[in-house]
Amino acid sequence: MALNKDTVKYTAHLARLELGAEQLEKLSGQLKDILGFIDSLSQLDVSNVEPTSHILPLKNVLREDVPKDSLALDKVLQNAPRKKGNFFSVPKVIE
Amino acid sequence: MPDTVLNSLTAVNLLDKLEKGAISSGAILEDLKSRIADKDGKVKAYVRLGPQIGGVSLGVQDSQLKGIPVSVKDNICTDGFNTECCSSILSGFTPPYDATVIKKLKKSGAFILGLKTNMDEFAFGSSTENSCFGPTHNPWDLDCVTGGSSGGSAAAVAADEAIFALGSDTGGSIRQPAAFCGVVGMKPTYGRVSRYGLIAFASSLDQIGPFTKDIADCALVMNIISGHDEMDSTSANIEVPDYAESLGKDIKGLRIGIPKEYFIDGMDPQVKLAVENAIQRLRSLGAVCSEVSLPHTKYAVPVYYIVATAEASSNLARFDGVQYGLRAKEPSGLIDMYCKTRGQGFGEEAKRRIILGTFVLSHGYYDAYYLRALKVRTLIRRDFDKVFKDFDCIVTPTSPTPAFKIGEKSSDPLKMYLSDIYTISANLAGIPALSMPCGFTKCGLPVGLQLLGKAFDEKMILRIAHAYEQSEGWRKIKPKL
Repeated sequence: MALNKDTVKYTAHLARLELGAEQLEKLSGQLKDILGFIDSLSQLDVSNVEPTSHILPLKNVLREDVPKDSLALDKVLQNAPRKKGNFFSVPKVIE
Repeated sequence: MPDTVLNSLTAVNLLDKLEKGAISSGAILEDLKSRIADKDGKVKAYVRLGPQIGGVSLGVQDSQLKGIPVSVKDNICTDGFNTECCSSILSGFTPPYDATVIKKLKKSGAFILGLKTNMDEFAFGSSTENSCFGPTHNPWDLDCVTGGSSGGSAAAVAADEAIFALGSDTGGSIRQPAAFCGVVGMKPTYGRVSRYGLIAFASSLDQIGPFTKDIADCALVMNIISGHDEMDSTSANIEVPDYAESLGKDIKGLRIGIPKEYFIDGMDPQVKLAVENAIQRLRSLGAVCSEVSLPHTKYAVPVYYIVATAEASSNLARFDGVQYGLRAKEPSGLIDMYCKTRGQGFGEEAKRRIILGTFVLSHGYYDAYYLRALKVRTLIRRDFDKVFKDFDCIVTPTSPTPAFKIGEKSSDPLKMYLSDIYTISANLAGIPALSMPCGFTKCGLPVGLQLLGKAFDEKMILRIAHAYEQSEGWRKIKPKL
């Protein structure tokens, strides 16, 4: 399956990654090789095989709705690149 | 005994000396600090090395680990000590809480070093060259890589700059560096050890595990870090046995499978020889070794690079410059802030994997790549189920080659990915696996033997590993630094 430069550029944008022109060029070549290698999976007939998304038989873990201590506010905000009062501060979202 | 050799001892040995009152836990730490000061300039196992080594212990004096220092990979959260996954995007991040494994170790009296060990950025790599701090050097040959991604932890233990260490293993990131550095490394069964506080790479594959100088220490650490944790819904609520009971038992009559698919062309002949000698030794100890087949082995690497990158692309969405770490300067708006922050903060391999993972999950490609990979994962799992009906353990090489030169594979990602060819299957199948030294090449580089077991049967692996270890003297050979 084709993975050209435009697809890489589009996918990078979906992943919110800014790429320089040189990086885009280099990554496109490498990703094409990697995908070519991955394509070996298409040799296998998997029509009657169930997918394994998880190795353990996972069930929802439920507990009583009892409040517990959570992190203190100053700890929550201790790594914030920018904060205002008790909030994380980001550029304006709605113009 | 002079204090200067304390750093070369195992935790079990040190605990024995502490018990007898021959040494103090303070002396162990001082000795370790001077060893790090003396040798880490060459090895670079630790990152952010400063005058302050940091560290904390909450345990009481009579508890299990009595002040034994532990070194921790830079992706396991330590309250108050930087945890940056060796990535610029997490520069300056100080976790507000401890990972569950850290809590458990503290409770048992271990001394948590505030210095963290080097790794490939976000555990993306097999050589520890993808660290924003630069590579760690292999203590056996400083021009060689340590393997990865937990290369710092492996090298620290090998160089006696650590008594024991923690790492994480998503596709071999404990076992492959353990093999390259000549130490013991275990990836427990998925769900055996809580992942709470491990900065996630691929949530269905990641496990935390120990690096130790011998098998007895591995059992000791496994006893402390294993068990169900309500903070990790994927941790298994299954009773944890006493792993120390596996030690000192004979292995007569145990059935060991040798998968023919692991002895392939391109495998280093000296690795092959060392592993064959180890199998011969296991036979002489009474184990019954016979050839088995894991027919879907060759598909493990492609499956892994779909599943792991898909999960990683989702897990790494949280690094957006809002709550922690780097934020790009002067963005023109919110989306631009995300794109610039991530563009500046992530290294090349992280970008490669995020894009690949996003691609295989994207509309129109999901069925062809991601879903197909999950189905092949089932086939790989079934291969193991089938063999484990008749066998107690599987033995293989850990890696097809010994440690390679720094820079040798860093420009070719695909070549690098293939160095995990023997370790990835265990993560896909969720089963426990261990790497231990089984000899050296002519150039003096260590060779690793991998033991794989049934899910939640770490005990069997440790039993066979201990019997083998005690019959050989590999653990007594130390690198000259």
